[in-house]
Amino acid sequence: MSLQMLTYIVVGLSFALYIGIAIWSRAQNTGEFYIAGKSVSPLANGMATAADWMSASSFISMAGLIAFMGYDGSVYLMGFTGGYVLLALLLAPYLRKFGKFTVPEFIAERYYSKTARIVAVICLLFISFTYVAGQMRGVGIVFSRFLEVDVTTGLMIGMGIVFIYAVLGGMKGITYTQVAQYCVLIFAYTVPAVFIAIQLTGNPIPQLAFGSEVVGSGTTLLDKLDDIVTSLGFNQYTSGTKSRIDVFCITMALMVGTAGLPHVIVRFFTVPKVRDARLSAGYALLFIAILYTAAPVVGSMARLNLMNTFQTGEVGTEDGNLLYDERPDWVNTWEKTGLVVFDDKNGDGRVQYYDDSNESFMPIAEQYGWKGNELTVDIDIIVLANPEIANLPNWVIALVAAGGIAAALSTSAGLLLVISAAVSYDLIKGIFMPNISDKKELMASRIAAAFAILVAGYLGFDPPGWVGQVVAFAFGLAAASLFPVILLGIFFKRVNREGAIAGMLTGLVFTYGYIEFFKGLFLKGVGAPWGVNDAEHWFLGISPEGIGVIGMCLNFTVAIAVSYLTRPPPEHIQHMVEQLRVPRHVDVKQ
Amino acid sequence: MNTEKRLAYWRANLRLMSFCLAIWFICSYGFGILLVDQLNTIRIGGIKLGFWFAQQGSIYVFVLLIFFYAWRMNRIDREHDVHED
Repeated sequence: MSLQMLTYIVVGLSFALYIGIAIWSRAQNTGEFYIAGKSVSPLANGMATAADWMSASSFISMAGLIAFMGYDGSVYLMGFTGGYVLLALLLAPYLRKFGKFTVPEFIAERYYSKTARIVAVICLLFISFTYVAGQMRGVGIVFSRFLEVDVTTGLMIGMGIVFIYAVLGGMKGITYTQVAQYCVLIFAYTVPAVFIAIQLTGNPIPQLAFGSEVVGSGTTLLDKLDDIVTSLGFNQYTSGTKSRIDVFCITMALMVGTAGLPHVIVRFFTVPKVRDARLSAGYALLFIAILYTAAPVVGSMARLNLMNTFQTGEVGTEDGNLLYDERPDWVNTWEKTGLVVFDDKNGDGRVQYYDDSNESFMPIAEQYGWKGNELTVDIDIIVLANPEIANLPNWVIALVAAGGIAAALSTSAGLLLVISAAVSYDLIKGIFMPNISDKKELMASRIAAAFAILVAGYLGFDPPGWVGQVVAFAFGLAAASLFPVILLGIFFKRVNREGAIAGMLTGLVFTYGYIEFFKGLFLKGVGAPWGVNDAEHWFLGISPEGIGVIGMCLNFTVAIAVSYLTRPPPEHIQHMVEQLRVPRHVDVKQ
Repeated sequence: MNTEKRLAYWRANLRLMSFCLAIWFICSYGFGILLVDQLNTIRIGGIKLGFWFAQQGSIYVFVLLIFFYAWRMNRIDREHDVHED
């Protein structure tokens, strides 16, 4: 059977499954729509959270990023997992005890302020739309590559599917669909990893193959990789180029950002009990870890395979490099997409792939008769091309397509839901029409979800240049605005309305301003970025990706200082905080 | 439930939390970032230890840590009689 046919069948079957589940678990009321009626078991919620969290970029881009960044890629591995520890220990159980529907609602009640709620809704909408635009783009790319339709058609199909289950099913439908999507995506990620690990090291468990010896070479995977990349002028794989403080801050911003992302937090509102919220965070991270501990191995194996493909013999010898005419099929396929580009600079008909920006390697390259690096490989193709690079059967490639689509769809659906809840619940019901009936509110939330899909589809179809750049901002924003006030709301009774609003705004403005200054976001038309974006000019050597940490510290400081300068929160709020801190409902007025 | 009892429960919670967060910090920021060069001189199972902590080890620790916290916390809940149902 052809690859095309197989891909249609595998992807089609997975879609049928998702839609079937959505119809079976349709939401009947607003409680089911927003938080699945608080009836999801911790295990199922953990799986759904994992699918929600692992987006198209975790599935498609991360291993590729690590393959090219080596040690520096650790910021993503630690940063995207460590936040769950913060969630489980600092936020999830208390927010579950709070027992309402959304993050802005918590901020509104704890800080007895509609202004705080509106600021929170703005942060939430910004974070979620940034994210969802990237996801929709991912859907479009995967569809266009594997179903060989154009990106627009791919997007339309994706929007249609998400529409059916997000709008009909609400949180209940989404949760159970995400459980299925997790299974599809983890299977699709693991199968090629197992095959490649066996081929390279003889060890069938990818996680353990990290330290194994490469078959027939007598050296370990990482040593061999270090040897080959340094012999071609690249930076050593197991050490980094980023400064220590920057690695520290980026990791911290991603971790704290994770814990502050509304679509992740809201997951822990759906379980029946406080203790389920703690356990569920553990399950979620366990399921995430299965992919995240395989990713660095997939990345290093892919890098080694890639180097070996082009450097077939000893470095510097005349026939040490691959003849372009003898290139494998996958190079050919990806060249057509423009994501792999070959340029025979020295005209010898062979592919020289090395780091030509490394000055100390230049004389050596010259001696070899090389006139510059001749191959560019887009990092996003690593995971998608991996099965082809390793010559795996077609059904594995079809499976990877289905996995990539599952990852993108599950995350989009989760994001659309928090967007729709923020609009219908926080804005319409919470602020403008407090007396709206349950039925009308459900209607409003479905309309909001449908509208959000259209906006997301538009952003995915014609992504504004800022999408790639604002991802760092979305994390920085979550870390600098929402996380500190939620945390203080639980652990610091003295923090009041004035402190929270001042803190959120300080964190937000500082982080936004810094990123705008160095990278340029929305003010590109009027001259941004103004700063030179390199380590010498950064504040304390911290890149815009990591600056959310400083924003977070400012938020904490300002919130506490302003709170002490103004009146303490009213007594009933202090009781509310006391109540949050114990799992069972108790009398706190003694 | 009186203030004293609630305070005792809250203190037990904070103690456990600080302990877990200390381990969280040491294994990721400590071993994976700040001390990575020193730990890279040690090799275990074919991998430099610092690099391993940064790319795999810290993630294993995070998972164990959450389950440990959930288990201990359930016990503390029961000891202080604030557990659900």
